[in-house]
Amino acid sequence: MSLEAPVLEVKNLEVIRGGVPVLSIPSLSIAESEVLFLIGPNGAGKSTLLQTLAALVKPSQGEIRFRGKKVGEDISLLSYRRRLAMILQEPLLFNTTVYKNVASGLKIRGMNKKEIEPIVIQTLDRFGISHLKDRSARTLSGGEARRTSIARAFATGPEILFLDEPFSALDPIIREAMMEDLEKVLRETGITTVFVTHDRIEALRLATRLGVMADGRIIQIGDVGEIMNHPENEIVASLVGVDTILQGKVIENRDRSVIISVSGKEIEAVGDIPPGTHVTLCIRPENVFITKTAPTGETSVRNTIKGRIDKIIPLGLYHKLSLDCGFPMVSYVTHHSLSSLLLKPGEEVFASFKATAIHVIQRKN
Amino acid sequence: MELILEGIKKAFLLIFTFDPEVVGITLLSLQISGTATLISLVLGISVGATVALTQFSGRRFVVSLINTGMALPPVVVGLFVTISLWRNGPLGFMGLLYTPGAMILAQTVIATPIVTGISLAAIQQLPVKLQTQILALGATRFQMILILVKEAKLSLLAAVMAGFGGVISEVGASIMVGGNIKGYSRVLTTATVMETGRGNFDVAISLSIILMILAYLINLILTQIQQREKHR
Repeated sequence: MSLEAPVLEVKNLEVIRGGVPVLSIPSLSIAESEVLFLIGPNGAGKSTLLQTLAALVKPSQGEIRFRGKKVGEDISLLSYRRRLAMILQEPLLFNTTVYKNVASGLKIRGMNKKEIEPIVIQTLDRFGISHLKDRSARTLSGGEARRTSIARAFATGPEILFLDEPFSALDPIIREAMMEDLEKVLRETGITTVFVTHDRIEALRLATRLGVMADGRIIQIGDVGEIMNHPENEIVASLVGVDTILQGKVIENRDRSVIISVSGKEIEAVGDIPPGTHVTLCIRPENVFITKTAPTGETSVRNTIKGRIDKIIPLGLYHKLSLDCGFPMVSYVTHHSLSSLLLKPGEEVFASFKATAIHVIQRKN
Repeated sequence: MELILEGIKKAFLLIFTFDPEVVGITLLSLQISGTATLISLVLGISVGATVALTQFSGRRFVVSLINTGMALPPVVVGLFVTISLWRNGPLGFMGLLYTPGAMILAQTVIATPIVTGISLAAIQQLPVKLQTQILALGATRFQMILILVKEAKLSLLAAVMAGFGGVISEVGASIMVGGNIKGYSRVLTTATVMETGRGNFDVAISLSIILMILAYLINLILTQIQQREKHR
């Protein structure tokens, strides 16, 4: 077996429900120790893909190869499933003690109590829940229950870990702690992971590769930074946190920069696109700066647009400002800026952004 | 009023002197209803779990059939079991009519839909994703069903209580298929009916008291188990 042999390899995978294709993956390959994140809106097929990869949903067609072996033929579904683990959104613990929950996967594999004990003790210790071992799963807090379910998944020594929005129901503080724990374990074990989420922050933090799904397909997959900064289309852009997505037309092409007309206003961006081309502009909210007066003097900020504050939504550390500039724009400002600039809805402000902060997508037709 | 007081007095005398006939009737009641409940548990949980976990056409109809079965009148069951066991009936060759075996059969027919219906509801109440989680832990389908039944055990105890409670207190079917034969197929309920008819209120009252104590004790034990499980 060569070192590059993928852990999982998928070909022409399709899931059809009631005559409607809900999943269509022409090819996907997951390498050893890779942490692949899949993000996408509800109904994009993320969970279906995960469950199909885990041999819990039977594909209508196509094949899955695990370390070169065809699942269901060269390796039975059961043997394959016994080499992976899955963590779902709910902890779904059994109504028994924490110890027995963590031991359950091993018991299912027919191991006896003596073989199970050292593994469970070690696992409990690794996840910091040894003190809970005799507690009933029913009495655990949200974070404790989550740790127990992760420990249960790891106890069997899986070769692939599938996570389906494991932290989305948790409050931010516990979620943060869980992310840290998971990060540590993933780094220590180097386990191949497929993580489904709709939270791009989780993805930014842990992913070695990012896939964006919509309508049962993977529409873009690759390096995290690449996708965040160069989304292939509007769907990807909105999913990776680009709040401002504008439609415009190139009116001028000067040496490596273009002037684009958006609702009658001119925006300068970087690129080499012929005039007359219809384009989509993507601007991340953190790249839009808000001032009360128009910036003066020499500045690298090429675009300043006057607008009115429509709405201010607090987002913890930041406030999200929705602006009406003749077209909608979104900016993030810190709490400090909000109070020092005395920003209020209805107020007129200037939104500035660099030409390089705009990602331009050429539209077909 | 005097009649009742006198009856209660005599009843306690019969109970506390361990009157052999009363003891015999009590034990037979427990034996017949206990066996019927056990059989109905095996049948009911299997069928309930299967229906809960499989999708098939006509499933709704089967579920409504089970729910109707939960309210099956014992007299109707008695009638059909009697016809079946009648000498020329389909099960006549077994020669079971007017035996404790016939009573077990009739009581099983009464208890099984009750246990099935409660098991079905209990397993359906478990989170749907629990099945996915159990399979992902490496379980075979059979292991998954066992784990689900175990997860639903508190509700299944309710099935035991309802099933046993239904058959121990049932009289119509027992009297029809068992014949209330002294020392052979006479149970607490059939004996109470007979003694009341004869005007032997003291015996009837004592049998009723035993019946109530039995029903109470068994429910008490099961409730204890259920509550302990819950708080563990």
